[in-house]
Amino acid sequence: MGLDAITIKGIRQGLLVTLGEGDWSAELRALEARIGASPSFFRGGRIALDVGSRGLSRFEIEEARVLLARHQVELWAVASTNPVTEVAVQELGLVVFIEANLGLPHPSASEAAPEEGEELSVEGLVVRRTLRSGQSLRHPSHVVVIGDVNPGAEVVAGGDIVVWGRVRGLVHAGALGDEGAVICALDLAPTQLRIAGYIARSPEEQRRKPVPEMAAVRGGRIVAVPWHGGAQ
Amino acid sequence: MAARVLTVTSGKGGVGKTTLAANLAVALAMQGQRAVVIDADVGLRNLDVTLGLENRIVYDLVDVIEGRCRLRQALVRDKRLSELFLLPAAQTRDKSAVRPEDMMRVCESLREQHDFILIDSPAGIEQGFRCALAPADEILIVTNSEVAAVRDADRIIGLIEAEEQGPARLIINRIEPDMVRRGEMLGIADVVELLSIDLIGVVPEDKAILVATNRGQPLAFSSDSSLARRAFHNIARRLRGEDVPFMTLREPRVWERFFRFVRSGRD
Repeated sequence: MGLDAITIKGIRQGLLVTLGEGDWSAELRALEARIGASPSFFRGGRIALDVGSRGLSRFEIEEARVLLARHQVELWAVASTNPVTEVAVQELGLVVFIEANLGLPHPSASEAAPEEGEELSVEGLVVRRTLRSGQSLRHPSHVVVIGDVNPGAEVVAGGDIVVWGRVRGLVHAGALGDEGAVICALDLAPTQLRIAGYIARSPEEQRRKPVPEMAAVRGGRIVAVPWHGGAQ
Repeated sequence: MAARVLTVTSGKGGVGKTTLAANLAVALAMQGQRAVVIDADVGLRNLDVTLGLENRIVYDLVDVIEGRCRLRQALVRDKRLSELFLLPAAQTRDKSAVRPEDMMRVCESLREQHDFILIDSPAGIEQGFRCALAPADEILIVTNSEVAAVRDADRIIGLIEAEEQGPARLIINRIEPDMVRRGEMLGIADVVELLSIDLIGVVPEDKAILVATNRGQPLAFSSDSSLARRAFHNIARRLRGEDVPFMTLREPRVWERFFRFVRSGRD
């Protein structure tokens, strides 16, 4: 059925969503249900839609775009193996997404399709730069940032988030519902910290000497534990 | 030698971009450089007022772009320095009258005749900013030591990095050394640490800047020895490649000197 057939992968330009083989309107309903299940993960994101070999009209693609826009998701590209669909995509001013020359080389975009029943690609994403105000990083799996996450920037990951640097912006781990996700940083002083459905703010104390910390959900709330080295 | 194009921008308004652009252009011209300063804030022009050249404008940037005059006719020569020119913005139009490629064409034609082309960018991240950024060889990011201005500067740096333009260098403007010391404003080190780009200047807050600006006689012209005036000239020298040390923004107090003396005696 539709819901299980939809797969989500992280690519350099955002997310690549692959629809199942079913009827178009059924697949769109499944997509909407999928977004509705974890809205905060998708909100504000950009999506490339892989529609497979089906032939679609401009109207049908526009339908998908409107549906996504209703959930504050931008449809920027469509991947298809059908020439009719490709023409319609271009007529709408969208990008024809070709995996071979976009977003590569990037392991999470290029690897083989996820295995049966596995919804997310398991590869993590490594970002080697500082995320500045207004920049947003979304990935269905784990994210490693080598650099800082500045105030006004956000990282939203389906899995864990590790920052080799300072976190001062917003980080959301386990955004697809995984309460076991963790957030680690060399200096954890975020505007807001989220894990699955939990939200926490940094304590409003005086700035102390930065200590590496790991945040996780313990007993129904987010707890940050400092790392002091040695045996844990 | 062809000119370098420097865009002065900030994201947030009111941090002192226009005043800084005017003073840097004056300082460069006083140091013998052929400088043009372009007002890219179409519809809200005020660089001409800051420079005291308002009543000499005949044509403007939009006239050049739309072919109503030649570039040379629109350049306003400064009344004090023969090597300083202003290319004014149109006041009766808006940002949509200029496209990034227009700005690039204008800058290309100015390159031969000058050493420095400064572009005073409008606030914001929209079309006006895009136009000011397009022809830039280097970018000067202006911020104050307040949280909102630093956040906007960070956003701008992110956009510049995404466009693969730059290098971008930082000017911290209107700093109040006393307030920083009392912990009421971000310190220079905090701002540089967060934005992590090279610092090229720090300008202290000084009421004389405002008075001079209102008279159309930028402070960089004056002969006084204020810290702000020296800061403008130091930035101009650094832009020309000189290695100018950063000045201390105030004289150490008597008891601080005493402590330093005691400490150095101990070492």
